[in-house]
Amino acid sequence: MEIVVASSVGVLTAGGVYLILRLRAFPVILGIAMLSYAVNVFLFSTGGLAVDAAPILGDHGEGGPYTDPLPQALVLTAIVISFGMTAVLVMIALGAYLDVGDDHINMGAALPEGETDGPEGRNSHSPNPLEDDAPVRFNP
Amino acid sequence: MIETHWIIAPVVLPAILAPLLAWVMRHDIVLARSASLAGAGGLVAIAVGLLNLAAGSGEQVYRLGDWPAPFGITLVLDHLSAAMVLLTSVLGLIVLIHAVATGWDNRGRHFHALFQFQLMGICGAFLTGDAFNLFVFFEILLIASYGLMIHGGGRVRLQAGLQYVVMNLAGSTLFLFALGTLYAATGTLNIADLAVKVREIAPEDAALVRVAAMLLLIVFAIKAAVFPVQFWLPTTYSNAPAPVAALFAVMTKVGAYAILRFYIIVFGPDVAATGTLPEKWLFAGATITTVIGAFGVLGARRLMSMISFSVIFSMGTLMLAISAFTPDATLAALYYLLHSTFATAALFLVACHILARRPSADLLHASPPTVQNGIFAALFFAAAIGMAGMPPLSGFLGKLVVLKALIPWEHAEIAWVVILGGSLVTIVGFARAGSMLFWKSTAEPVTEPEEDAPEPEDAPRPATALALAPAAVCILMMALLSALAGPVTRYLGVAVAQLYDREGYIAAVLTPPEDGDRPVDAGIALEAEEAAAQEDVTVEDEDGLTTGVIEEVGQ
Repeated sequence: MEIVVASSVGVLTAGGVYLILRLRAFPVILGIAMLSYAVNVFLFSTGGLAVDAAPILGDHGEGGPYTDPLPQALVLTAIVISFGMTAVLVMIALGAYLDVGDDHINMGAALPEGETDGPEGRNSHSPNPLEDDAPVRFNP
Repeated sequence: MIETHWIIAPVVLPAILAPLLAWVMRHDIVLARSASLAGAGGLVAIAVGLLNLAAGSGEQVYRLGDWPAPFGITLVLDHLSAAMVLLTSVLGLIVLIHAVATGWDNRGRHFHALFQFQLMGICGAFLTGDAFNLFVFFEILLIASYGLMIHGGGRVRLQAGLQYVVMNLAGSTLFLFALGTLYAATGTLNIADLAVKVREIAPEDAALVRVAAMLLLIVFAIKAAVFPVQFWLPTTYSNAPAPVAALFAVMTKVGAYAILRFYIIVFGPDVAATGTLPEKWLFAGATITTVIGAFGVLGARRLMSMISFSVIFSMGTLMLAISAFTPDATLAALYYLLHSTFATAALFLVACHILARRPSADLLHASPPTVQNGIFAALFFAAAIGMAGMPPLSGFLGKLVVLKALIPWEHAEIAWVVILGGSLVTIVGFARAGSMLFWKSTAEPVTEPEEDAPEPEDAPRPATALALAPAAVCILMMALLSALAGPVTRYLGVAVAQLYDREGYIAAVLTPPEDGDRPVDAGIALEAEEAAAQEDVTVEDEDGLTTGVIEEVGQ
C-alpha cells in the first residue's frame, strides 16, 4: 500500500516537473495538473494510510480502527482549488495563444526590442494562429 | 464579546460585495464604482476600528463556528495584523480612487469585483491563525490577481500574465507539499498548535519538520520575491496595469509577513529540528536580492521595469532586516515595510500618468515633453527620493533604523555594504531616468500644431486634480510616516513585543473560551459537560493547554 502511494506521488511529481520545464502552454498545463494530482495523493496520505477504515471515530473512540479525517477535508479543498486554477490557466493560456500566436511561456525571446503593447502591435504575426500553416515545434 | 466579531469583517465585507459587483452591477459602471469605493472606504473604517481594538488589549482570537482552537479555524488580531489590515485598506482605497479617476477600471470587465476579492484575500492572509487557511487566502488573492494582472488585455500583458499564473500555480503546489509534510510530522496546522508541536517533535521526525520549514520558506520567498525566486516579479509588475501594480505593492508584503509569523512563532532558533537554518538561507537570498534589485534599477530600459526592480531592491532590504530575527531589527523591518508599500505605490501611480501621455510609452529615452511635465516631474522626484531613501521622506528614516538595528548582528558589515551601496546605485538609476524623462525631454523639438487646427482625438489630456491626488496622497503618507515616526514606532514596538512573545500567542489561541455567554440548550449543555470532562484530563498537562486531548484524538 505505502509503496504504491509513494511511488505514484513520485512518478506524478517527476512527470509534472518535466512537463512544466518544457515551457510551452499545453505541456505546462498538463504538468501543473499532474503536479496537483501528486500533491492531492500526497495530502491524502499525510494522516497515515489505514485500509478499510472509516474517517470517523466509533463510540467514544473505541469503535475499532479509523482513518484521520482532516487530510480528507484538506484534500477536498485542494482538489477544488487546483481544479479551478487549472481552468483559469487554460483560459489565460488559450487567450494568450489566440492573441499572440505563440504558446511559449518564456516570453523573453518572443518579444522584439521596442515592441509595445497596444492596438497597433497586436496580432502582428497572423490574424488567427489556428489558420497558421507553420509547423508546431515540439523541441524548442 | 460582540466586538471580536468585527475581526472577520475585513474578510466578510469584500466577500459579500464582490459577487454583487460581478453579477448585479456589472452593466452599470457608475453603480459599481460607487459600491466599490464605499466598500473600500468601509474597509478603512473597519481597519481603524480593529486597530483600536488591538491597541486596547492583547491578542484577540476569533473562532469560526466557535470551535476550540486546534480543531476549528481561528483568526488572530494582534497589533501586527491590525496594522497590516489598515495598510492594505488604505492602499486599496488610494489605488481604487486612482483607477476610477483615470478610467482604468473601465478598460476591461469585472475590475471592481476582482479588486474586492483581492482585498479579501490579503486581509484574510494577514488575520488568519491557521496554516491551511493561509493557503486558502493565498489562493483567493492569487486568483484575483490573475484577473487584475491581465485586466485591459494586450498581447504582451497576456503573455506576462500566463507566466505569472504558471509560476504561482507551481508555488501553490509547493505550499501544499509543505503543509502536507508539516501535518504528517506534527498532526496539526494551527499556527499556535504548530509552535507547541514542533518543539516536542521526536528526533526521528525532525528531518520532516526541517524539510517542511524550508519548503515553506521557498513558498513565502516566491511571494516576497527573494532570490532565487524573484525572477517573476519584473515581468509581472512591469506588464500589469500600473494601478494594479500599485496594489500588488502590498502583495509582496504578504510573503514578508508570513515569514515573520512562521519563523518567529513556529520555527524559532530554539527549535531543534530547524535551528538557524532558515535565517542563514534567508540572509543569503536577501543579500543577492538587494544587489539584483539595485543593478536592475540602473540597467532597466523601461520606466515600469525600473520601478519593478526598485521593488526587488526594497524587498531585499526588508528581508535583510527580517533575516536578523531580533526584536530591534524586526521593528525596523516593519517600519520599512510600511514605507516601501507607499513608496512603490506612489511610483507606479505616477508612472501610470506618465505612460498614458508619452508617445514612446515607457521606454527610457528622450521624447518631447508631455502635458503637465512639471507636475509629473515633481511627483516622480518626490516618489523616487522616497524609494531611494533620501530625507525628508520616510525612506531615509526607514533605512536609518534598519542599519542601526543591524549593528549588533554578525552579518552587519555585509548588510551595511549591500544596503548603502544598493541605495547609491538606486539613486543614480532614478536620477538618470528622471533627467531622461523630464529634463532632456524639454530640449526636444516640439512640433507645434498649426493655428486653428482641430485638436487630434487621441491627444493626451492633462490629468485632473482628482487623478493626481492618489499619487500625491501616497507621497503624503510617506511624509506622515516620517513626521509621526515616534507614535508609529511605539505602536510597532508593542507589535514586535507581541510577535516575540510566543507563549502569550499560544496561550491566547489555545486557551479554551469561557462558556459564560453561550446560549445553553440541551445539546450544548451536553457538549459543555463533555468539555468539562476533557478539561479534567488536560488540567494535568503542565501548560494547562489542551494538548493532551489533541494527542489522544490524533492517535
